[in-house]
Amino acid sequence: MDFKEKSVVMTAGDMNRVMARMASQIVENNPDLSNVLLVGIHRRGVPLAERLAAKIREMDSVEVATGTLDITLYRDDLSTVAEQPVVNSTQLPANITGKTIILVDDVLYTGRTVRAALDELIDFGRPHRVQLAVLVDRGWRELPIQADYIGKYVNTTEHEIIKVMLPEYDEDEKVVVVEMK
Amino acid sequence: MPLNRKDLLGIEDLSVEEINLILDTAETFRDINQRRIKKVPTLRGKTVINLFFEASTRTRTSFEIAGKRLSADTINISASTSSVVKGETLIDTANNLEAMAPDAIVIRHSSSGAPHKIAHHVKAAVINAGDGAHEHPTQALLDAFTIRQSKKTLAGLKVAIVGDILHSRVARSNAYLLSKLGAHVFLAGPNTLLPRGFETQFANAEGSVQFAANINDAISDADVVMMLRIQLERQSGGFFPSLKEYSIHYGLNSKRLALTKPDSIVLHPGPVNRGVEIESDVADGARSVILDQVANGVAVRMAVLYLLAGGE
Repeated sequence: MDFKEKSVVMTAGDMNRVMARMASQIVENNPDLSNVLLVGIHRRGVPLAERLAAKIREMDSVEVATGTLDITLYRDDLSTVAEQPVVNSTQLPANITGKTIILVDDVLYTGRTVRAALDELIDFGRPHRVQLAVLVDRGWRELPIQADYIGKYVNTTEHEIIKVMLPEYDEDEKVVVVEMK
Repeated sequence: MPLNRKDLLGIEDLSVEEINLILDTAETFRDINQRRIKKVPTLRGKTVINLFFEASTRTRTSFEIAGKRLSADTINISASTSSVVKGETLIDTANNLEAMAPDAIVIRHSSSGAPHKIAHHVKAAVINAGDGAHEHPTQALLDAFTIRQSKKTLAGLKVAIVGDILHSRVARSNAYLLSKLGAHVFLAGPNTLLPRGFETQFANAEGSVQFAANINDAISDADVVMMLRIQLERQSGGFFPSLKEYSIHYGLNSKRLALTKPDSIVLHPGPVNRGVEIESDVADGARSVILDQVANGVAVRMAVLYLLAGGE
């Protein structure tokens, strides 16, 4: 697929500042950080959760636990996709009952990924609370889901795609709006 | 890369990429089998029929659990309770099952090629769970998965497969799979049970398949020893004088195990004939991964069901 880059929404510097702000909001909202688990949704939510944990460490010298979640097996469109997506590993502590889980993803769009993530979490236990942190909220929700921590709102048209580029997976670090050629 | 095929009928026509995709996918499913809730909604609303024309407990149960943990509805049909005993042909059975719109049919049959025949007649994904002396692909996949788990890679490993090579679909599927992934397979057993020309089928593989002069040559410095079950139900031809003699010449005991590498592992597809092809102290010993094979079997079959029946 070829993409045409339309505009840069966030530079690496913007991303860094925004993550610092989200980290401080998380600290403010959760007095007991020892009970918090930052769970990154594959793929780009995983490094973002690690970054939030690092920011909290810098700020408060507190180590917040992290985990990963792959929602592939919980997708609601599996039976309609032609090719089976590759399944990544889910790594959560054996028991998440009573924990405050903060789900972390790069872009909040239809809300279907978060729906799948919530279903998967419930199979691991009964968290006390689940919150959601996203770097970009681009609108176009198809389910009644909202984020607790948002890096940036971006107005988009239906055919635009928000691409979050991270050095872990991409050659650059920025957030761009692209359109399919 | 997706698994771009309707059915899994054998290892022979699988590419190395397809094999690795199945094994990598199985890693994720192994984690699911250790969770508190061992179930994911992936195949909700799909139907898997286990059609077993031959006795099986382990494989059938393994496929049934695999289907159920993916939330598919699994139905077991065994030959003794089916219309086969009333004289229905294989194709009629297939057409009748097809009319009930299953998404996958797992079939075991005593005739080589039976799953291939059914695959031509149905839209459902067909998975070969053992056809005659031909192939048993999911067994070879779970064996490779188990070896990979302890040895990290199969490339360059020496693997001994000992026993009744002639009647063994497990040996055939493993010879294809292990040699494709770069292992060197040494076969040993009574001369009457070593099919002539068998090794020529694997000429193009990354690794190799060859007959060893005797069992000690096969297992000396081996990284992996795979003992085959003496299939008492297939020994009407007088291939060897007695079970006692078989056990003396081809059984795996601790003395023979000492010839292998110090960190070698022992596999057996089950069910084990204790005291015939393997002594109890070896089967239950520290090197035995026989029960890991059973656990891994569920994960590998979940991966196969997901990759074949998950989509449209």
